[in-house]
Amino acid sequence: MKTLKNMSKTSKTNFATYGMVIVVFAVLQLLGSDLIQRGGVLSPTLKGQLVPICAYVVMALSLNLTVGVLGELSLGHAGFMSVGAFSGTVAATALQNVIPSPGARLLAAVVIGAVFATVAGILIGIPVLRLGGDYLAIVTLAFGQIIKSLIENLYVGMDVNGLHFDFLENKIALAQGGKMIVNGPMGIPSIQKLSSFTAGFLLIMAALFVIFNLTNSRSGRAIMALRDNRIAAESVGINVTKYKLMAFVTSAALAGAAGTLFALGQNTLVASKFDFNTSILVLVFVVLGGLGRMWGSIIAAAALTILPEALRQFADYRMLTYAIMLILVMLCTNNPTLKSFFSSLAAKVKGSAKKGKAKGGEGK
Amino acid sequence: MSERVKREPTRLVPVPSTNIIPERDVDKTPILECRHLGIDFGGLTAVNNFDMAIGRTEIAGLIGPNGAGKTTVFNLLTKVYQPTRGTILLDGVDTHGKTTVQVNRMGIARTFQNIRLFSNLSVEDNVKIGLHNQINYGMWQGVFRMPGYWKQEKIAHERAMELLSIFDMEAMADAKAGSLPYGAQRRLEIVRALATNPSLLLLDEPAAGMNPSETAELMDNIVKIRDTFGIAVLLIEHDMSLVMGICEGICVLNFGQIIAKGTPDEIKNDPEVIKAYLGSRKEG
Repeated sequence: MKTLKNMSKTSKTNFATYGMVIVVFAVLQLLGSDLIQRGGVLSPTLKGQLVPICAYVVMALSLNLTVGVLGELSLGHAGFMSVGAFSGTVAATALQNVIPSPGARLLAAVVIGAVFATVAGILIGIPVLRLGGDYLAIVTLAFGQIIKSLIENLYVGMDVNGLHFDFLENKIALAQGGKMIVNGPMGIPSIQKLSSFTAGFLLIMAALFVIFNLTNSRSGRAIMALRDNRIAAESVGINVTKYKLMAFVTSAALAGAAGTLFALGQNTLVASKFDFNTSILVLVFVVLGGLGRMWGSIIAAAALTILPEALRQFADYRMLTYAIMLILVMLCTNNPTLKSFFSSLAAKVKGSAKKGKAKGGEGK
Repeated sequence: MSERVKREPTRLVPVPSTNIIPERDVDKTPILECRHLGIDFGGLTAVNNFDMAIGRTEIAGLIGPNGAGKTTVFNLLTKVYQPTRGTILLDGVDTHGKTTVQVNRMGIARTFQNIRLFSNLSVEDNVKIGLHNQINYGMWQGVFRMPGYWKQEKIAHERAMELLSIFDMEAMADAKAGSLPYGAQRRLEIVRALATNPSLLLLDEPAAGMNPSETAELMDNIVKIRDTFGIAVLLIEHDMSLVMGICEGICVLNFGQIIAKGTPDEIKNDPEVIKAYLGSRKEG
């Protein structure tokens, strides 16, 4: 108990975030397992949404590392998701005979997706992060588009001889029994579903673990120092490019892992799924949840992924309601009157709690 | 004019013409030596022919009217700007071509005129960021919380608290740096600079916005820092009570040129300095 009291405010928030994710996972698992047969609380649509929600939560966490912790704007985060999705799916299909266990294969695919996204992150980061200003936003914006076009022209096939790649034109001559994995603009025609809600939950926990432990270490402090004041950070001997790259590449790797998780939960996949709109959607999650606030990102990503589905009844008014909700949330979280009201409320609650404690102390 | 001055080998004894070094530091290599330092911004010469040497444990002052180029000198020393001409020797080593980060690792730490703290981070984290190069575990050790992390974080915490105790700021360790009162922010900047383990500390208007009693306390603390850490301090300040009170050597800058150099008493009575600060009486 004493250690809990001595903990800093950040580590308390971090543990609360872990706790929130675990509790929500447990509740949803219970609801899903018990009541679904009786047609209860969790509708099949919602159940189908669980894996994409997990993927978007990891995406939001990953982008929050770039935008909230490092303080650089990335407008092409869906590009990393795309790289992870396609490389991960190809890996999962190719490893079908090597790793028979679906769980281990999913893990391998996620790792491979993350590795490919890491490479993409390094390739972009090294030249761009040396520059100050908004160049990262511009370059990542272009990166998202380039990746989309590249994958739309990529052909990958597999037969007994192994993997075959082709670009622009499909000239792959597959041996008997071979099949195309990625088919140019048609994307991936069939995917064996490997992702599960549990896998998604584990990936969220892993992402939180990496982000919290990174921000709470020497490297993380250097990254946040760059965000707060670059000139001062340089003056205390912090290597700007190194730490910018570290945060950005970690973020790209997490996005790649999220992409693999997402792809392996779908039936089919096309590159245009990961376009500019997806990047902006993830940015909306981050901004709405609060920059640098991980629990905010989780809630925002989950809520905004469910919302369009939940509003299906009002099909015609869906996007309208969505937009109004967004505007309302933004207004409420930024309204000074409301803010001061909430902070005074919090102070009152804290005050009464302290009073109660003081009384308890006297009683002893 | 703009071509680089040929570098001479370092001399162990300071150049007599630039000598404002206190007696105890004579015969030791100066910690900082500037020779013919200058920078042009386009056609404007901001600093020219800046010669100065600072002893190993000296408290030196850099004063002058507004716009004289004092902060520019700091920016040249810390390589925020690369000098157009001249040489900077730090402990006898030429800093030509070095970056701000490298110069910091070589031993120059600074504070800023307009406070530049990491305002969203806690006071303790600000100091720990200053300790960045004193601890050396890598990213993976941090992410997976390996033994190196715990060991070095413990050292960093202890060292940060020790440094904060110079200004009696341990109680504020968990506060957000941006929420501190102005005077405390200035003090925290000094602590953060000290955390980088410098051999020369550059203070840019440390007493700005402080009341007389705070200034007096700051003076004591600067002397205390010099004595405990055995480092040199170069400070820019407009508060003459502070400059005359603690500086052993003073350099006066006006329009980018050194107009006087010497002990506080010499500076007080220097006609050039009086003219620069108060203006000359119009004749006839």
